[in-house]
Amino acid sequence: MSHILCETKDLKITFPHRLGDFTAVHGFDLQVRRGEIVGLIGESGAGKSTVGNAIMGLLSHPGQVSGGRIELEGENLVDLPDAAKARMRGRRIGMIFQDPMTSLNPLMTVGGQLAESIAVLQNIPKAQARRMAIERLAGVGIAEPANRMDQYPHEFSGGMRQRVVIALAMAGDPDLLIADEPTTALDVSVQKQVLDLIKSICVERSLGVILVTHDMGVIAETADRVYVMRHGALVETGPTAQVIQTPSERYTKELIAAIPSIERREERFRNPVKKTGEIDQWLLQGHKDKGSGDYVTASALTKDFATKKKSFWGKAGTFRAVDIPGLIIKRGEVLGLVGESGSGKSTLGRMMTGLLPPSSGEVAYGDHGILAEVRSRAARKALRRDVQVVFQDPYSSLNSRMRVDQILAEPIRFHGLADRHDIPRLVGALLERVGLPAEAGRKFPHQFSGGQRQRICIARALSVRPRFLLCDEPTSALDVSIQADMLALLMELRRSLGLTMLFVSHDLAVVRQVSDRVAVMKRGEIVECREAEALYDAPKSSYTRMLLDTAPRATRRQ
Amino acid sequence: MYFLLARVFQATIVMLCVALVGFLVFQFVGDPVLSLVGQETTVEDREALRESLGLNDPILVQYARYVVNAVQGDFGISYSFNRDVSEMIADRLPATVELVLLSGVLSLLLAIPAGIYTGIRRKGGIAQTIMAISVIGVSIPSFLLGILLILVFSVWLNWLPSFGRGDLATMLGVRSSLFTWDGLSHALMPAAVLCLFQLGVILRLIRAEMLEVLRTDYIRFAWARGLPGKRVYFGHALKNTLVPVVTAIGLQLSSLFAFSIITELVFQWPGMGSLLLHAIGQSDIPLLAAYLIFVGLVFTISNLVVDAIYVLIDPRIRHGAL
Repeated sequence: MSHILCETKDLKITFPHRLGDFTAVHGFDLQVRRGEIVGLIGESGAGKSTVGNAIMGLLSHPGQVSGGRIELEGENLVDLPDAAKARMRGRRIGMIFQDPMTSLNPLMTVGGQLAESIAVLQNIPKAQARRMAIERLAGVGIAEPANRMDQYPHEFSGGMRQRVVIALAMAGDPDLLIADEPTTALDVSVQKQVLDLIKSICVERSLGVILVTHDMGVIAETADRVYVMRHGALVETGPTAQVIQTPSERYTKELIAAIPSIERREERFRNPVKKTGEIDQWLLQGHKDKGSGDYVTASALTKDFATKKKSFWGKAGTFRAVDIPGLIIKRGEVLGLVGESGSGKSTLGRMMTGLLPPSSGEVAYGDHGILAEVRSRAARKALRRDVQVVFQDPYSSLNSRMRVDQILAEPIRFHGLADRHDIPRLVGALLERVGLPAEAGRKFPHQFSGGQRQRICIARALSVRPRFLLCDEPTSALDVSIQADMLALLMELRRSLGLTMLFVSHDLAVVRQVSDRVAVMKRGEIVECREAEALYDAPKSSYTRMLLDTAPRATRRQ
Repeated sequence: MYFLLARVFQATIVMLCVALVGFLVFQFVGDPVLSLVGQETTVEDREALRESLGLNDPILVQYARYVVNAVQGDFGISYSFNRDVSEMIADRLPATVELVLLSGVLSLLLAIPAGIYTGIRRKGGIAQTIMAISVIGVSIPSFLLGILLILVFSVWLNWLPSFGRGDLATMLGVRSSLFTWDGLSHALMPAAVLCLFQLGVILRLIRAEMLEVLRTDYIRFAWARGLPGKRVYFGHALKNTLVPVVTAIGLQLSSLFAFSIITELVFQWPGMGSLLLHAIGQSDIPLLAAYLIFVGLVFTISNLVVDAIYVLIDPRIRHGAL
């Protein structure tokens, strides 16, 4: 084994605050060797990015290293003056960030930024740097690099931008690369390519890599060794396979158990324990029909969006975001809708719930008839009560100026579902039903964590006694342990209340856990729509197979 | 290019609307025939005059005629001066232009570096002092500042003349008072008054934009790439602050053109502002209408220039991606 490239010893990072200092990282030890990828995993707030930033000398204000050492080939970086730290960045340590969409200066050409980095870091003239930049772009797998040099970042796709970002981070030929969630914002197929690129660079240049991520699948596919962090401290470390297959700490076990598997549907999601709260009687009121049959039917549905005009007199073009012959969701069924970004899955979901009018075709509900023909005020109101939505981002989908009990009481009052005096009691019971204390109603949304807010969103959707729930990426913004709780809650509610659901997600593993049937979308069309288990076990379409093959997984079926 | 063509087209429509308002002033504020003739004119003579002036034509024809004349620079004859309105504006315009240019250049030269500095070192003593001065600049009314300056520099110190425009000189075919010492000394105080307000607004905007941009991912990444501070601040951050800043500068400078009235009054500056005051006092409708159209033109052109600068700054606008 080669010698240690970078090491942190008893690293402490503190954010001074007037109400007492907050210690983000206490006593963290980490070692990276050349040619090795070390994974740093943890949930949000674990301090994993803080460690990466500290090594880079880019802790956000007012954070500071308050103890311990960061050594790069034996030299302690903590005591270096700022100027020396700045000289080290790019030349000895490179870093890439999560979002390739925002990491590049939008006003400068890609080649200009790369040539700038090379010229500064290698201290060579611009013309020579430009020639090198073309080679470097080719090196990270960008086709026609000479032509693409003069294009701007917005002309590159997400995956291509992340390749450019990697080329930029490598411009000064550093020894150590810190990759902070490098693929979180990318589609699975692109994610695999970017990870492969990082792996090959690591081997070719015998580079040490610290891969910071929340995704155990990414770690399992990429890292040689893994460090599990929680609350700013190390929980467990070891070779990746060992930690994932035989974790020794309870937290690691829980973390791994919480990861939804793409290989099988877990029992707890398939047959959730049926609960009955006092509120369930109320929630089920007015649901007379328990029949089977189709709940939502979409036929010949399309959605066109206008694109920019090409010339002054030219006509605006259209982009067909969705074009499907038909889609049916049966009563009481959960239909999973998966696809990569831009596949039209969210657009389809919004049309199925009447949030977005289709360009052609129609959506019909078993109880209400064709959506576009529901004209009367009362009928529309009844329809809206039956159809509810849980959105992706729990941070922006709750009105931050309203208390939680006001948020939940408003729809009940609007639809006249309860007597005014009963509403506070109902709101409390609703909160308890989704796993929050009844007193939570007195607080404002910002006083809750992401997972708690998503519970509030679910309670809000339930408060009008809906029959049909659209869940649009409901767990994408949440940590994996909270994601599992959220899926369990949704499945339990669905069983107890007999909800019909359309579950939209880019995460194939999550969709497998909750769906009875799954539809796979690609460029606005449904390429495959079948029983979930059959589709996952034996995909018919090559696209579905590609998605399943490229999805990173923490544990592979032997 | 398409973007700019569309903007020129829009600007033309805006100018037609402004001209319509200018034209309507004639229609609704008094009868032009009454203001031209005396008491003893017969009804027949008035009718003949009305016919020969084209006042009996359909209103659209009259409007078209007004626009065609205006495009050729013919805004009619001032009631109170009995002179060609366009000639009068041409007389007064250079004085205002030099005042606006002087104060605009002064404020940009001071505001841009000060804005960047206070954006980068926002806790330092110098930055705090600059911010304090800019608050004063934004909040002191210009007439008060003008009178104070006159008191200090003209009355007490006797350094600068207190009113009027100085000697003119011609350089490179341009005749302006800025080319003589006497002219400069006359222009300095009014320009300073106009400058201080602009300075405060632009400086604060640049600072706020700098703070915003310095928080973005691509600036964090620029640091991580190992770029030196000079490059990060001036090469990457500054350019990204420019789009909103250019917008504000365009609006500020055009409002200087149109509404430097109070400053011109305090310093007895023979520019557009004092012309407008006179026109209002005398209900000189041709002059008012022409002034209205002139102000509209200045705003439209400066916005057009701002749009053109956008295209130069931001490739996403050039490619229609925004």
